[in-house]
Amino acid sequence: MVNRKKKYEAGTAQRYITRKSAMKKLQLTLKDFRKMCILKGIYPREPSNRRKAQKGKTGVKTLYHAKDIKFLSHEPMIWKLREYKIFARRMGRARAIRDFEKVHQYIDSHPTLTLDHIVRERYPTFVDAVRDMDDCLTLCFMFSTFPSIKHVRRDFSALCRRLTVEFMHYVMAARALRKVFISIKGYYFQADISGQTVTWIIPHVFPYKPESKDDVDFRIMSTFVEFYTVMLGFINFKLYHSLNLYYPPKFPVSSKDAENKLLVDQDVFVSERIAALNSNLLNSDGSANEYVEEEFDMDDIHLTDDPEKIAEAREERDKVKNLKTLFKGLKVFVGREVPREPVVFVLRCFGAEVSWDPLLFVGSTFDEHDTKITHQIVDRPSLDRTYLSRYYVQPQWIFDSVNARKLLPEVDYLMGKTLPPHLSPFTIVRDGQYQPPEEQALREGVPFKPQVLEEEKSEDEEESENDEEAGDDDDKEEDVNSDDDDDDDDDDDDDDDEEEENEDSDEDEDEEAKAISSKELKVKQMAVKAGELAKENPRQQQIDEAAQLRLRERMIARKHRKLYKSMMKGRRSRQHEINLLTKKRKAIDEETKAAKKKTKKKKQPADK
Amino acid sequence: MVRAASKRKALAETRVKEAPKIESLKLSEKELENEEDLLGNIASSDDDSEDSDDYESSEEEQLGDEEEEEEEQSNEETGDSANSGGSDYESSDAGPSRELISEANEELPDNDKDEYESGDTSDEEDLRNTVGKIPMHWYDDYPLLGYDWDGKPILKPERRDELDNFLKRMEDPNFWRTIRDPSTGQDVILNEKDLALIKRLQERKIPNPDHEEYKPWVDWFSSKVMTTALRPIPESKKSFLPSRSEREKVSKMVHALKMGWRVPRAELEAQRAKEKEEGPKFFDLWSADGDDEMKRRGIIDHIPAPKRTLPGHAESYNPPAEYLFNERELELWHKQSETPWKRKWHFVPQKFPSLRAVPAYPRFVKERFLRCLDLYMAPRTRKNKLTIQAEDLLPELPDPKDLQPFPTAQSLIYTGHSDIVRTICPDPSGQFLVSGSDDCSIRVWEVSTGRCLKIIAAGAEVSSVAWNPSSHLSLLAVAAGKRLLICSPQVGSTEKLTATDELLAVPPEVDSTTVVPERVQTAVKWEQAEGKDWDDGHRVVVTHFKDLKQAVWHGRGDYLAVVVSEGLNRSVIVHQVSKRRSQIPFNKARGLVQAVQFHPVRPMLFVATQRSIRIYDLVKQQLVKKLMTGSAWISSMAVHPGKLVFLGK
Repeated sequence: MVNRKKKYEAGTAQRYITRKSAMKKLQLTLKDFRKMCILKGIYPREPSNRRKAQKGKTGVKTLYHAKDIKFLSHEPMIWKLREYKIFARRMGRARAIRDFEKVHQYIDSHPTLTLDHIVRERYPTFVDAVRDMDDCLTLCFMFSTFPSIKHVRRDFSALCRRLTVEFMHYVMAARALRKVFISIKGYYFQADISGQTVTWIIPHVFPYKPESKDDVDFRIMSTFVEFYTVMLGFINFKLYHSLNLYYPPKFPVSSKDAENKLLVDQDVFVSERIAALNSNLLNSDGSANEYVEEEFDMDDIHLTDDPEKIAEAREERDKVKNLKTLFKGLKVFVGREVPREPVVFVLRCFGAEVSWDPLLFVGSTFDEHDTKITHQIVDRPSLDRTYLSRYYVQPQWIFDSVNARKLLPEVDYLMGKTLPPHLSPFTIVRDGQYQPPEEQALREGVPFKPQVLEEEKSEDEEESENDEEAGDDDDKEEDVNSDDDDDDDDDDDDDDDEEEENEDSDEDEDEEAKAISSKELKVKQMAVKAGELAKENPRQQQIDEAAQLRLRERMIARKHRKLYKSMMKGRRSRQHEINLLTKKRKAIDEETKAAKKKTKKKKQPADK
Repeated sequence: MVRAASKRKALAETRVKEAPKIESLKLSEKELENEEDLLGNIASSDDDSEDSDDYESSEEEQLGDEEEEEEEQSNEETGDSANSGGSDYESSDAGPSRELISEANEELPDNDKDEYESGDTSDEEDLRNTVGKIPMHWYDDYPLLGYDWDGKPILKPERRDELDNFLKRMEDPNFWRTIRDPSTGQDVILNEKDLALIKRLQERKIPNPDHEEYKPWVDWFSSKVMTTALRPIPESKKSFLPSRSEREKVSKMVHALKMGWRVPRAELEAQRAKEKEEGPKFFDLWSADGDDEMKRRGIIDHIPAPKRTLPGHAESYNPPAEYLFNERELELWHKQSETPWKRKWHFVPQKFPSLRAVPAYPRFVKERFLRCLDLYMAPRTRKNKLTIQAEDLLPELPDPKDLQPFPTAQSLIYTGHSDIVRTICPDPSGQFLVSGSDDCSIRVWEVSTGRCLKIIAAGAEVSSVAWNPSSHLSLLAVAAGKRLLICSPQVGSTEKLTATDELLAVPPEVDSTTVVPERVQTAVKWEQAEGKDWDDGHRVVVTHFKDLKQAVWHGRGDYLAVVVSEGLNRSVIVHQVSKRRSQIPFNKARGLVQAVQFHPVRPMLFVATQRSIRIYDLVKQQLVKKLMTGSAWISSMAVHPGKLVFLGK
């Protein structure tokens, strides 16, 4: 008898297992299987050959790695789930026969899942865990804002809140924040934790709205959060200990606090104070934690011999060092219309002293009338009473300054002013990507001065200077305006001139050619003439090049032809996008300019 | 005998005594049929008494005395007379019967008082039947009714006849209340109490005269809960003893508490409340970072989920103006709701004048949910990211300018052939050119002028011509139809021509020792050209079995290889001109041979079939290499002295 090799008994077909057979093997219901997959971090795989992996069956099936399922089958948590099933059944029965003594007894011995070992298993090292923190943080921040709903209990969201606040405290203490961005979706924060870039989103206020079950299944999300809370707790613990901070966080109690403390519940008081994000936490030795600039000499480390790269890294390090103490020495008062938490978080991350209206939230340290306040963050068009000694800036100033890694001039962000656009710090410069002029200016380190805005600014400056003075200096303003206009015209003229010159040069060439031919016609005698440089027609050259390119394109191997085509298509579409945006920008600029001029013209006769 | 006789006498007496009693009771007995059970032994039917009579007689028979038998017979024959006769001495000998009566009924009527009345019952005979409670008719066939305490049989009393009964009724005032006890067969006089009882039963009253029918009702088992349970059954003993299984359970619990395995409920509740208040316990999970054992466990070939793409300028709450949608773009965005992946952005860029005006993003929760779904449901795989640019795919072509000079204009036309030219070959010196055509001729041209120097008739369509590469010879190989012509071009230096002619003029002598194999003999035939042919330029003619395709000279100029079309395993034939000899090198046909070629320097033969090239070493006579070309059909081949082979498709 010959041992005939059967199909699908080895190789790809054995490497994968469908979800249905996996569930059958583990003897789990879909609900439990889902839960296990979420908690253990097991995901389906895309096979290299689907037909083989599905043992010749058609259709698209969810395929898991057979070894993953085997790994899952060894998980003791499966037994806990089964226990839970039994518990539910017993409870149901006891309830039905109204045996409440039993109900209490069962509740007392209620099976609970412990996920500690899973965290360790999924992330064998601490860095692994930090690398995977993005989703964890975003989801925890979202859940911390949730009201009590069916699958998200009150204490669950409270735990999320506690952990996220703890995490923010760490980021503040470690000065780990690098980039911030206000999006329409929420606040993006990017921090550098243990050498890993971690990005998370804090939603704008009240993100929760009731969703239909088809749209959003909170049960699945809460399973995720169940794991993420455990993970975040352990990460927080490790992070706090790396900074020598006490965990769970404590904060030094002052005498003033002690008075307040008598009035309220101790725990509530502490948790509120911590949530205020306005006090340094206690070190494990009992002293208040202060940020200490770590002396880390990167010169000792030579990962590369490339001097350029070393120089680049050094520059980056200096920039980061500056960034960490960006707001040091600033005393900022946050207005009550400003979203307190993200603003305070960012300010405190870079060393500012922050306070707010004590009626708004607990934990304010100084009041509005403090004369040492350098900046007041306002998000309203005007205030009744203002101090000369401080800048009234809009919150975007903080975010833009952090992204620029330097304190931007406050003038652009003063109260009631139209804000410059808020740019994303996450874009990477590369070909085929549109860069708005503001970003270009920012990258070059030059303050962006669009023509329209420049005019406006000069006016505003004037106005701001003149604010205190009651009267307006009309003549002066006019002069300035007229100067500006002149400048504009000059610029335009320059452009025109250049174009003309170009044209001129073309014409000159033509003329020369004509002259030579006429000369040749005239003189037909034998003579030795000075050689002439063969002039290349740039247009002809272009045509030739295009022809050459076409020839080369035709010679591309059949294997690569499709790839090349798709690449070129992508490039074209990107270019199209850039063109579209530049065109739009140009149109908008022109429009605003025209509008400006119109208003000015209207204004001028009125002034006269 | 005496004893038996006396016994019989006694029996007869009792019979006489009993008979009237029974009759008198007949009526009442019938009436009392229903109450038979209650009365127990008192009642008995007439039939029974008759049966018992029969039984007595049979017993007497068993006793077996002849005399007695006779007596019995006479007794039966006479019937009543015998009985009546017996009643004579009844009065005189009535002692024992009276005794019996007095014994059965302690309270006798006054007139029946006897000597035992004083209470002395020491010598009283206690006549009791010991058979037990059995149906008495079992004893019907026996003369006895059972056994008394001493084990003596109780004989059935004598049956009285009607006369005796009548007499007894007349004499005995208690006759009406005398009944026979079926178990003992004795007459029993019912006392007042019994009579009263019977009377009550007849009246269908409750037998107990003391029973109070209308006494007040006490509801013992009512809905009222009593302090002590009132149960119709007595409490068991078990209920007063401590339970053993409970004791075991309790001891287990106590042990568990003592050992700390079990926590009292109150304590447990307090503990839970505390835990809930404190929240989950965290500790240094990664204290032994990079534990090998932990690293080994986990998902096979883990593919971490890709991070979400970071937002661009368009997502800003205050984006540059060019990112905002104009009307057309907005309309397009809404139109693409069915195909959202085609959208430029998955959101509509918005601009808010200030931070406080920014509302919550309506799809925030949904997006988080979709991300969660992606994390656990989306199949993952590793894809290589292209790092090349599109330009890297373009092949480098030489600049046409670099390829110059190359002929760009037509300079000469060699005219003369009247049909398609199939083949050309230049002279090794480069001075002449030979061409073969379908007009069955070859022509020799001067390359530089285009003049036709010679025309040689080939006799068939020429498929291949080849100029001998040797510098000493001036020869042409022409494959025309089935014939291979070895011709003299008749141009060039005369010395060379004459030398060649001399060499070919005389065919070499055939060596008789060499045997030409059958395969070759049938395939090839050598002929010397003579006469007109010689003048035309033909020198040697080799006729083959099929049409020729190609003829190729070896580098030295002596050997010649030809390809026979459809020659199968004889496709390639190698000729040696100097010896007029042929060889067929291959025994097997390996594909359709398209072309053969000798290596210009080394002893190698290249054989091209439709798709591959085989290289044979001529010295070692073996296959050196097989080249797979990848082309569909090789048509021609050329070998460079180096390592190159050029193919024509």
